[in-house]
Amino acid sequence: MSMRHSVVLDDRRCRGCTSCIKCCPTEAIRVRGRKATILPDRCIDCGNCIRVCPHKAIKSVGDALERLKEFSYCVALPEPALYTQFQHLDDVDIVLNGLLKIGFHKVWEVARAAELISAFEHECVLRRGRPAVTPQISSSCPTVMRLIRMRFPKLIDHVACTILPMELAAILARREAEAETGLAPEQIGVFAIVPCSSKVTAARVSQGLREPVLDGAFAVRDVYLRLLTPMRELERVEPHSTAGALGLSWAACGGESAARASEGCVAVDGIENVIRMLEEIEDGRLPEADFLELSACTQGCVGGCFNVENPYAAKMRLRGLMKGLPETRSSFTLQGPAQEIVRRDKQLQYLPAFLLDEDREAAMAKQLRIQALESHLPGLHCGSCGAPSCHAFAEDVVLGRASEDDCIFKVRARMRDMAGEGGADEYLPAPFRRQQPLHHD
Amino acid sequence: METIKLVYPVEGGDMIEAGEASSKMKLTLKKLGLPQDVIRRASICMYEGEINMVIHADGGEAEVEVDMDRIVLRMTDTGPGIPDVEQAMQEGYSTAGPTARELGFGAGMGLPNMKRYSDEMTIETEVGKGTVVTVVIKIPQ
Repeated sequence: MSMRHSVVLDDRRCRGCTSCIKCCPTEAIRVRGRKATILPDRCIDCGNCIRVCPHKAIKSVGDALERLKEFSYCVALPEPALYTQFQHLDDVDIVLNGLLKIGFHKVWEVARAAELISAFEHECVLRRGRPAVTPQISSSCPTVMRLIRMRFPKLIDHVACTILPMELAAILARREAEAETGLAPEQIGVFAIVPCSSKVTAARVSQGLREPVLDGAFAVRDVYLRLLTPMRELERVEPHSTAGALGLSWAACGGESAARASEGCVAVDGIENVIRMLEEIEDGRLPEADFLELSACTQGCVGGCFNVENPYAAKMRLRGLMKGLPETRSSFTLQGPAQEIVRRDKQLQYLPAFLLDEDREAAMAKQLRIQALESHLPGLHCGSCGAPSCHAFAEDVVLGRASEDDCIFKVRARMRDMAGEGGADEYLPAPFRRQQPLHHD
Repeated sequence: METIKLVYPVEGGDMIEAGEASSKMKLTLKKLGLPQDVIRRASICMYEGEINMVIHADGGEAEVEVDMDRIVLRMTDTGPGIPDVEQAMQEGYSTAGPTARELGFGAGMGLPNMKRYSDEMTIETEVGKGTVVTVVIKIPQ
């Protein structure tokens, strides 16, 4: 199945400035014909490029809220990060009541599903003790899962067997809605309200489930704008929220591991830190850890690129909302065989996006050509060729994604041949000139 | 086929940065599609070698050679040399200083681990001149 990424480029806004290519942790962006393009196999939907683009040309789009009209009954699955976006909010129910005013007929909190997953994991640890493969890695961040499948295949077996909280929420909410309304499944729309691009992608193509369980995902910021007025104008607030502090805590990095209540938990946020940690785990350098909670975004889901509020303020509000709440408020639990729905029903597959060639001998021959070419490149990683580094450029040339002439230094060499020694400097921008005396008067 | 050569300088005195050569090498080996276990063993040897050069020799150079049937790692430094190689190979023996120990290094497992995770290992050393540790990891066909 082809990837249906939610990260998209707006060609009218992109000026080909190369800001994005260097911040991409998987080197998935190239500038071609003065426009950035994304290599779909490499993109892990982390949102770094969205945050850094000075022209706001890279976006991630959730589904349009108009999609609610396609269904006769709509269920909202708000991620707990949504609650942290509102100033002076002291009651989650205000948000949930607001959702019921903007076209949803029912709300089912993702935080509740998170509590069920925590309970399942807790019971597994109690029943079976330390898992055979340690450390276990949380399966709650789709970006981290894609990164592991692409760059750390040896760690695929470490990823927890559970589906995303929003997926579990979707399964349970749909069941409830079907029972309550008697409507046919296709008349019921189940939509998550998500803080990041990777969860929009995950709603379209699940990494852990064979069949999609969500009808779509809306960006927190789109829903936020619609919610402000109805939330202010609520005449009365019906009690709908049943999530406890435990489920809410999943919105910030550290919440999921705190819910596990075991000592060897490590919580890491930010994609670069996550990569460093995975390198260490891969080499067995952290034997005492038994659980890793890895969030691609700063501070966890409160740092998602769809949020309105900055991650630190959102985290402060999260603490406020959790204060006074019991760990869990819902009496609904999954028992015995019913617990199996929290598990993935398909294996996580290795994604060979970094492989130079399926055939090892051919891959090695390509590596030799890449190194030979790279040794003649300037090593400035200037980005003028559209690749994030000279090495990535050399790879692109050998893999047929670029031509050697795309390097401005190769062009300079040709110009020098035409203009004679020194002549080419006049035509080049300052950073690329051979001599650039600086005058201080 | 020609052998792939990779060279990584290892900075002295910087224990936090140790592991950089290992990470870089690992990414290249993954791009070649080598077996996961081979990559893991090579990166453990590389990491231990890096740490050794940082702690004992004020840095050095790590060279990697890859061909179809083996990986050779060669760590070369111009440090103090190892007076008693047999003793240095014993698990738990270390001459690491207090700073390194405070950071959790100096457990005396560096060379023994390199031996354990490689198929061949040789140490050429001269007191006052430096040390070359070479390990070979075979790639199963």
